[in-house]
Amino acid sequence: MSDVHDMDDMRAAPGSPATFSLDGQDVEFQAGETLIEAATRAGRYIPHLCWHPDFHPHGSCRLCTVKVNGRAGAACTMQAAAGQEVQSDTAELNAQRKTLLQMLFVEGNHFCPSCEKSGNCLLQATAYQMGMEGPHFEQFYPNRPVDASHPDLLLDFNRCILCELCVRASRDVDGKSVFAIGGHGIHTHLLVNSDSGRLGDADMALGDRAASICPVGVILPKRRGFAIPIGQRRFDQAPVSQQTQGDGDSP
Amino acid sequence: MSADLETASQPQGLRRVAIDPVSRVEGHGKVTLLLDENNRVQQARLHIVEFRGFEKFIEGRPYWEVPVMVQRLCGICPVSHHLAACKALDLVVGATPTPSADKIRRLMHYGQVMQSNALHFFHLSSPDLLFGFDSDLNQRNIVGVAQAHPDIAKKGVLLRKFGQEVIRATAGKRVHGTGSVPGGMNKHVSFEDRALLRRDVAQMIEWAQDAVNIAKQLHAQNPALYDSFGSVPANMLSLVRADGALDLFDGVLRARDAAGHIILDGASDQSYLDLIEEEVKPWTYMKFPYLRSLGPQLGWYRVGPLARIQNCDFIPTPLAEVQRREFLAWGRGQPIHAPLAYHWARMIEVLHSMEVIAELLDDPDILAGELMASGPRRREGIGVIEAPRGTLIHHYAVGDDDLVTMCNLIVATTHNNQAMNTAVRSVARQYMDGREITEGLLNHIEVAIRAYDPCLSCATHALGQMPLDVTLVGPQGELLDRVVRSQRGELRRALGASGGAPP
Repeated sequence: MSDVHDMDDMRAAPGSPATFSLDGQDVEFQAGETLIEAATRAGRYIPHLCWHPDFHPHGSCRLCTVKVNGRAGAACTMQAAAGQEVQSDTAELNAQRKTLLQMLFVEGNHFCPSCEKSGNCLLQATAYQMGMEGPHFEQFYPNRPVDASHPDLLLDFNRCILCELCVRASRDVDGKSVFAIGGHGIHTHLLVNSDSGRLGDADMALGDRAASICPVGVILPKRRGFAIPIGQRRFDQAPVSQQTQGDGDSP
Repeated sequence: MSADLETASQPQGLRRVAIDPVSRVEGHGKVTLLLDENNRVQQARLHIVEFRGFEKFIEGRPYWEVPVMVQRLCGICPVSHHLAACKALDLVVGATPTPSADKIRRLMHYGQVMQSNALHFFHLSSPDLLFGFDSDLNQRNIVGVAQAHPDIAKKGVLLRKFGQEVIRATAGKRVHGTGSVPGGMNKHVSFEDRALLRRDVAQMIEWAQDAVNIAKQLHAQNPALYDSFGSVPANMLSLVRADGALDLFDGVLRARDAAGHIILDGASDQSYLDLIEEEVKPWTYMKFPYLRSLGPQLGWYRVGPLARIQNCDFIPTPLAEVQRREFLAWGRGQPIHAPLAYHWARMIEVLHSMEVIAELLDDPDILAGELMASGPRRREGIGVIEAPRGTLIHHYAVGDDDLVTMCNLIVATTHNNQAMNTAVRSVARQYMDGREITEGLLNHIEVAIRAYDPCLSCATHALGQMPLDVTLVGPQGELLDRVVRSQRGELRRALGASGGAPP
């Protein structure tokens, strides 16, 4: 990605705390930090799906789009600079985020009532946060068979939002490149790097970082399901906006 | 077992009366009547236009998702599907549930039976029974009951609420919880919840006894109606405990004939396919189960409280057992087949459920102890449970990759298909013959259906708001009479409003 903006003249000066304004409140940042990194470190919430603090930003979901000095940009790729006026929690931006979420919901098959990821799902939690009460758009109901060929892991493509976190985790942490994104436009989809295209034939293990990174319910450990009761799950404890330090992997 | 009135010998030229829709349960239901020139009923059918898509779309899903997914079959009795699926999948994961898991599941189930039976009787059926089948439509609902009989309505509402709280304490939510998982449970009952529930147990048992008395008094006040309305002899099927006791959670299959003689007993629920066959008829989507040993003509049966109370040898809780004996005495040595007696039996089950709940709440195993078990994997599992409306069968096959490859569900409504059809025919012959169509007369048919199944009654009752469009059509297709019930419950006669045969 070349979306990370260089703003040499506005970088934080060494030794002095530099700040930008996020929704009217100052946020300190360190040299080289993106807006979302600095905001997260300060305990401030900027909605996001494809961003994870452990990985290079991807800038694809656009949910973290904020207005910097009046211009729209992705908070996960834009570097913080002193004096920036950043707007995030506004009615206009949140309405756009809700629309993005609704489009993600209808493009896949997201049936929260019987989804084992419910309560641990970043997509669901963010939809709640943005006040999404229904899909609004017509459902696509795509036909996406699950891949249960791996002895310990299930792939349920119905829920994929193409965040590429698994691609990044497998390539950058596990050194395996088990996952990739293929296709174009509406046909873009997650691929498994094996001769058969099945996870059972790929070099993937339950302990891989890619096995626990999925923010939705695509990559799941088998036979676990509802072992953790509804009510005791991550986003049952507090809404996503209050868990800015908790962007951990799947429990 | 007479199947007369199922199909008219010469349907040509008969007039057709259709109640469509009767309900929204598991698809849609309707009743059609064919009348001859003398307005005698020649054919009566309850059609459940039901498509059980669940059996298909469960296929290809991981087995651990199934108990949560299938409970969405129903919003009234989801716990029954939740637990039947878990019982089946326990076998797939090779688990014999631990004492703690077994007792918490039982607690959940008896809470479910209690709340659902209370809902069925108080909220949905009591307006018919307290005010009369053809009473003022504006009063014939739970709001009317609350105004005319506030004490009865209050007990009904609070009994149900208590059952819902039992479900919440065990399943995690009042509706569509996730407490039971293949192999056991994912949580104990908390000390706080147990204390909360125990506080109200004595009151609930007292009110449950009152509920039995209400149902009993209704019979005593009008035995001519209650003993005859829609009454048709039928076989009876249910689970019983190995020693013959009433057990709504687990046991062996037992069937009696209409005279009360045992047809089969001690049959493993795993052998249901050897015992039960399902017949398909061209005029309805719902199958007709029957006992293989007797064949489709003689082998149909009823399930649910009326079957269960008379199928068991005893109820293993003292207060309900006293009531069971009194119920049997009402039959003077003969099995009771009157649909309205379902409600009496149903309230005995409410009392029994409360007694079981009280016992389980005193059991320390619900608070602590191992929750999960496992063992050698199997490819198939069958779970059978007595749901509030009757025997519920879940059957799954699971591949080595953990995905479900086959799902078969036989729900209580399906078991009771022939029995409900027969009751509709009995009521139609008794009340509809040659009469002008009125909402009250139509409600007689719904009362019979409602005695069996609150899902149907839920839709048919709908606080008087369910739209009905009933047409009477002559031999040449001409419209003779048409009565429309609006969303607001208003009846409007629309004679000659439109021509042509009804759909």
